[in-house]
Amino acid sequence: MSRHYVLVGSGIAALAAAEAVRAADAAGRITLVSEEPHPFYSRPALAYLLTRELPERQLFIRSPQEVQALGIERLHARAERLLPASHELLLADGRRLGYDRLLLATGAASLAPGFPGAELEGVLRLDALDDARRLLERARRRRTAVVVGGGSTALELVEGLHARGMRVHYLLRGARYWPKVLDAEESQIVADRLTNAGVRLHPRTEVARALGRRGRLEAVETTAGERIECALLAVAVGVRPRLELARAAGLEVARGIVVTPELQASDADVFAAGDVAQLRDPRTGLAPLDTLWTSALAQGRAAGRTLAGLPTACAAALPLNVTRLAGVVTTIAGEVGGGEDADLLTLTRGQSERWRARSGTWTAAAGHGADRVRLVLDERRVVGAVVMGDQHLSQPIVELIRREVDLSPIRAQLAADAEAAIPRLFAFAAAELAPVLNPAPGGRGWPALLPSAAT
Amino acid sequence: MGVARDGAMLRNDKVLPRDAQRLRLLADGYVAPVAGRCVQCGICSYNCPLGIDVRAHSWRGLPIEERRCLSCGACVARCPRGALELVERRVAA
Repeated sequence: MSRHYVLVGSGIAALAAAEAVRAADAAGRITLVSEEPHPFYSRPALAYLLTRELPERQLFIRSPQEVQALGIERLHARAERLLPASHELLLADGRRLGYDRLLLATGAASLAPGFPGAELEGVLRLDALDDARRLLERARRRRTAVVVGGGSTALELVEGLHARGMRVHYLLRGARYWPKVLDAEESQIVADRLTNAGVRLHPRTEVARALGRRGRLEAVETTAGERIECALLAVAVGVRPRLELARAAGLEVARGIVVTPELQASDADVFAAGDVAQLRDPRTGLAPLDTLWTSALAQGRAAGRTLAGLPTACAAALPLNVTRLAGVVTTIAGEVGGGEDADLLTLTRGQSERWRARSGTWTAAAGHGADRVRLVLDERRVVGAVVMGDQHLSQPIVELIRREVDLSPIRAQLAADAEAAIPRLFAFAAAELAPVLNPAPGGRGWPALLPSAAT
Repeated sequence: MGVARDGAMLRNDKVLPRDAQRLRLLADGYVAPVAGRCVQCGICSYNCPLGIDVRAHSWRGLPIEERRCLSCGACVARCPRGALELVERRVAA
C-alpha cells in the first residue's frame, strides 16, 4: 500500500520536500495543508514586487502544469492539532487527515508590535503575498509611511514604499542600522544612501503610540515627541517560528522544533524543516536558529528524502545570505556580527544566529564609497565576511571561508599592515584556490575573477 | 556600453582587464548559477529578452547552455543577489 505523506506549510521547505518525496516515491500520496491561499511563490521576491522590479505573476515558481505533474493534493486549511500517537492531523474545518509521515514546514511569523495602537488598520507587517498586496494598496492611496524595525525586512519595506512614491520615515531604536550584523561604517553606507534618496531616518526613536480614528491609523507619535501623519506603519521587529502545533503535540521544542540532522523531530514519523526547525549542529552541539531561505531549501530537500525512506542528513552549511541594502548588493557569510540590536526582538528573515562572531577574532576591511570588503579572521583563517557593492570578490571569499584555507603563513604580515591586508590576502588566496579557480577545460568555475588570476 | 569603442581593450588587457574579460565573455561565454545565492525571485527570467527561464536553470544548478542565449548578461546584471555569473568557455589547450 502506498504511503501517505502530509506536509504542513507552503513555503520553500514544503515545496522542496514535496518534490524530493515525489522523486523518491512515485506512488506515494502527498497532501499539502496550508493557510496560504496562493500557489507556490518566492517569499524573498516580495521585496522586488514592492520595488516594482517584478510583476506579481512572476512570483510564482511553479506553473499549474508543474504542480499537477507533481501529483500533490493541496488543502487550503488551517492545521489545528497534530496527534502523533494516532498519526492524525486535525484541520480547523473539522477534517481529519491520517498520515504515515508528516512534515511541519510552517515557517516563522512576524512578531506583533508592542506599542499602543498596534491593532489599528494600517499597521502592517510583511509575511506573505497578501501582506504585500495590503501594503501596495495603502501605498497607492497615501503619501507618508513610517517603518520600524531592523534587518533586511525593514529595509525592504523602506525601499519598497519609497519606490512606490511614498515619503518614508524610518525609526531606529538604536544609534544605527542592523548593528548585530553590520559594523559602523557599513551601517553608515546604508544610512547615507537612504538619506540621499530622501528617506528620513530617526535614530534613537521609537513609536510611543499609533494614533487613529474609527480604527484607522492616522499618525504616529514618537518617543522624541514628534507627530508624523501617516496612513501606513510597517513593522519588522523580528520573526518567531510557528510552534503551536508541535508544542501542543508534545514534540521536543526549544526555540524551534528540535530535529536531528535528518530533520526528524522527537516523534519517529514527524519531521520539521525550514524556519520552524531547530537543527542540532553536530560540530558545535548547539542548535542555532536561522531564517535563511537557502537553509530552508536544503532542509526541505533532505527532509523529503528522509520522509520517503532515504534518510538524508542536512549538514549545517556556511550561513550565507545575499541581500540588497539601500540598493547595495551585500553578501554576508560566516561569523561576522556580535553587537546588540534594539530594533529586533528576535531574528529577522534572512538571518542566522551563526553569524555571531566568537571572541578572539579580528577584522580587516577595505573599501571605497559603497564598495567595501570586511573580513573577520581568527588565528588561522577567514571565518566571516561582509562584501558590499562590487561582488566580484565575494565568491572567492566565500570559498576561503568554506574551505577553511589556512592563512597562518601570512598571518603576521596581515596583522602588521592592516591597509595592505586584503590585497595580500587575495594574492595568497589566489594561489591556494588556483585548482578551484581554474577547473579542468570546459568545467565550471569562476576563472579570472580574482585580480591576480586575470590575464 | 560602447563595444566598438572599447574594442581596443581586447588588445590591451592590462589596462582594463575586467572590461576586456567582459567583452570576451560576451563573445564566447555562458551564464551559470552561483550555488547558495538564488532565492528564485525570477528577476532573471523576467528580464531575459529571449524568454529563457533562467530561474528554472538556477533551481537545478544548471548553466544556460541553450543556443538561443545571447550571453547578453541582462540576467546577471539584474540579479539582486549576485546569483548568476558569466563564465568564460574554456577550450582545451
